[in-house]
Amino acid sequence: MGRPARRVAVVGAGLSLFVRRALETGKELAYYAASGALASAGLRRRDVQAVVMASAPDAFDGVHMKGEYLSDGAGGWRKPYFRSYVGGGSGVFSIISGWSLVASGLFDVVLVVAEEKMSPTQPHPQAAFNSIFDHTIERPLGPNLLWIFALEQHRYMHAYGIRNEEIALVSVKNKRNALDHPAAQVAAAVTLEDVLASEVVAWPVHRLMVSPVSDGAAAVVLAAEDVAKRLTDRPVWVEGIGWTLDTSYWGNRDLAYPRYVEDAARMAYRMAGITDPRRQIHVVEPYDPFAYKELHHLEGLLLAERGKAPEDLARGRFDRDGELPSCPSGGLLGVGNPIAAAGLMKICELYWQLRGEAGKRQVANSPRRGLAQAWGDLMQIGTVVVLGV
Amino acid sequence: MDTHVAIVGVGLTPLRPVSPDLSFREMIFEAATRAYADAGVRPGDVDTFVTVAEDFHEGTSITDEYTPDQLGAVRRPVHTIAGDGLQGLAAAYALIRSGAAEVAVVEAHSKASNIVHHEEVLALAMDPIYERPRRLNPHAVAGLEMRRYLHEAKISPDVCSQVVVKNRGNALRNPFAAYGAVLSPEEVRRSPPLAEPLHELEVSGYADGAVVLVLASAEAARRLPGQAVAIRGIGWASDEPSLSGRPWAQAVYARLACEMAYRMAGIRDPAEEIDLLELDDTYAYKELQHLEAALRLEVGEGAQLTAAGRTALGGALPVNPSGGSLGMGYGYDASALVRTAMAVLQIRGAGGPLQVAGAHSAAVVSWRGIPTTSGGAVVLGAL
Repeated sequence: MGRPARRVAVVGAGLSLFVRRALETGKELAYYAASGALASAGLRRRDVQAVVMASAPDAFDGVHMKGEYLSDGAGGWRKPYFRSYVGGGSGVFSIISGWSLVASGLFDVVLVVAEEKMSPTQPHPQAAFNSIFDHTIERPLGPNLLWIFALEQHRYMHAYGIRNEEIALVSVKNKRNALDHPAAQVAAAVTLEDVLASEVVAWPVHRLMVSPVSDGAAAVVLAAEDVAKRLTDRPVWVEGIGWTLDTSYWGNRDLAYPRYVEDAARMAYRMAGITDPRRQIHVVEPYDPFAYKELHHLEGLLLAERGKAPEDLARGRFDRDGELPSCPSGGLLGVGNPIAAAGLMKICELYWQLRGEAGKRQVANSPRRGLAQAWGDLMQIGTVVVLGV
Repeated sequence: MDTHVAIVGVGLTPLRPVSPDLSFREMIFEAATRAYADAGVRPGDVDTFVTVAEDFHEGTSITDEYTPDQLGAVRRPVHTIAGDGLQGLAAAYALIRSGAAEVAVVEAHSKASNIVHHEEVLALAMDPIYERPRRLNPHAVAGLEMRRYLHEAKISPDVCSQVVVKNRGNALRNPFAAYGAVLSPEEVRRSPPLAEPLHELEVSGYADGAVVLVLASAEAARRLPGQAVAIRGIGWASDEPSLSGRPWAQAVYARLACEMAYRMAGIRDPAEEIDLLELDDTYAYKELQHLEAALRLEVGEGAQLTAAGRTALGGALPVNPSGGSLGMGYGYDASALVRTAMAVLQIRGAGGPLQVAGAHSAAVVSWRGIPTTSGGAVVLGAL
């Protein structure tokens, strides 16, 4: 990747509450997050030149062309507006999309909104996930996501000799971190014993090792360098972006290591000029829809040795006051998982952490650079954004 | 003139009403192979891939899962725009101008023949609370819009019939088109009414097919052997999504998208500076609305131009020399990219029997169909 044409900064962030079943429509959730982000940047809708939307499968809401339906709620009325889509990776990808619209010189101010309303799928959105599988080879087996991620966790444990107790500690950390997050859905003070005593949903995954079904929305405002400097004395710069998509044939891959996350991370590190990520990244929000995924992703991001992230976790390296705070927000396991919105929530968290505005969640190491990552599709896409001040 | 980005390769499969012999992956592979050969690139030379798809058209949720293999894009930066073909083109355009990519690929396809009940899928795009309970057929929404357009334009529905005759006639010369036909305006009016005043032959037939475009920065375009056509300007916009609050006679989204593209391209007088138009004609009356948006005309003036024959293949400003969606077939969000490919061939002088003499610039205007008010515009020119 060549040198970006213009620098781009995050200048505002907003979130709705993350809840199991919002009474608001998807349009309203998008509106709350978008207006919150604009207000925090001191901007109005008329200052926004283009809008990017992110939302995962239409099957959740049962609304075809969901981006069109959400357009007015997200502030897209009579503006250039589109929906970029990489499944579960969409939340972190949306800011990459928005970045390209600003860095290209097409626009100076772009609003990025991510919305998800999973609750309309009754009785449980897991059924909607059957339609993500290959219609000929896989769908007849009746798979769901719990099933395939349990396979992946099992492979990860087997490859490196990891015990479930080591993985369950991720849930303990993230649910505890989320106690300080005002939008959190499933924050809790739980012990390792509580996690392992919760029911097994698909061995080796226990209920408290899975993020919940959620409704919610998140938004950020992006601005070109000259505009950003006028708006705030603490712009948070987009320093690196990366995304890669692996083959659709997930059954042919070794699931022990997320090579597509490493590909995406290397792309982002190259752009950000990062040569030693373990020293140069100070706070990280890896994607944690399942407990093992946080560890798996930290390894893919080259922030931990392969198979060694559980050891780092056990010695407190990823705690809020540790060497590399990981998911200080509480992550998807604590704050909740309205899919695309959860990814953008991680960007919001970095924005607040890097500006020193995270309140009780503020990490102890005065971070100057952070990384957010999401993952999705058939264990297939990695999306990575590096932000810095 | 903005020449930062050029289209250096086009590849498409012929559009056909059914394609029982090919999966969507096979169609994409064919279109990509043609586009890469046309551009003189290999998949490894491409920095980023953008695909265009909607879950419910594919029958697969998170449909971007199934995009990389047939494009040669495994473990590469790939993303999907759940939107219009020109929005996908804009996403790739922005990635090149931002410096994130030098060579980009945009893909779109349609396997419309897999959809058994199109109207029921489209009905799911209506607002679930306020609109869906009315159980409106999408063609009824188009019928309402056409009626309002005819009323404000003060024209007879015969102009719409004339659009059908023109476009399906043009398609007879187009080897990629599925619906070429010799028709008379009377035959169009005599076809069964779908939702008065809209008649069956005024609605584009569905088609299967795939299209791939290769884009490059000006610098990379100079290096590559493919015959480059400049993207001089690009725009896209969404208007009011609800049925109750939208303007019905004018395509405001198209006007906004065209103005953005013209601003970028430095176009002051589109009728003078553009040699041909490829306009969305999902329904015949939409071509008239989009013509008025593209040329900054008042409601009804586009219909007068059309009635006077100015938009015919030999006219002063040919509209849809390819045959449009009425003549080529409608492939949802792929339609706009198919038409962009047609416009590229025209500017290259490779239009064959469709060639518009002296075509140096073209504009493509798209629409996402009922019930949306979203569309895009791109201005292409010789490098």
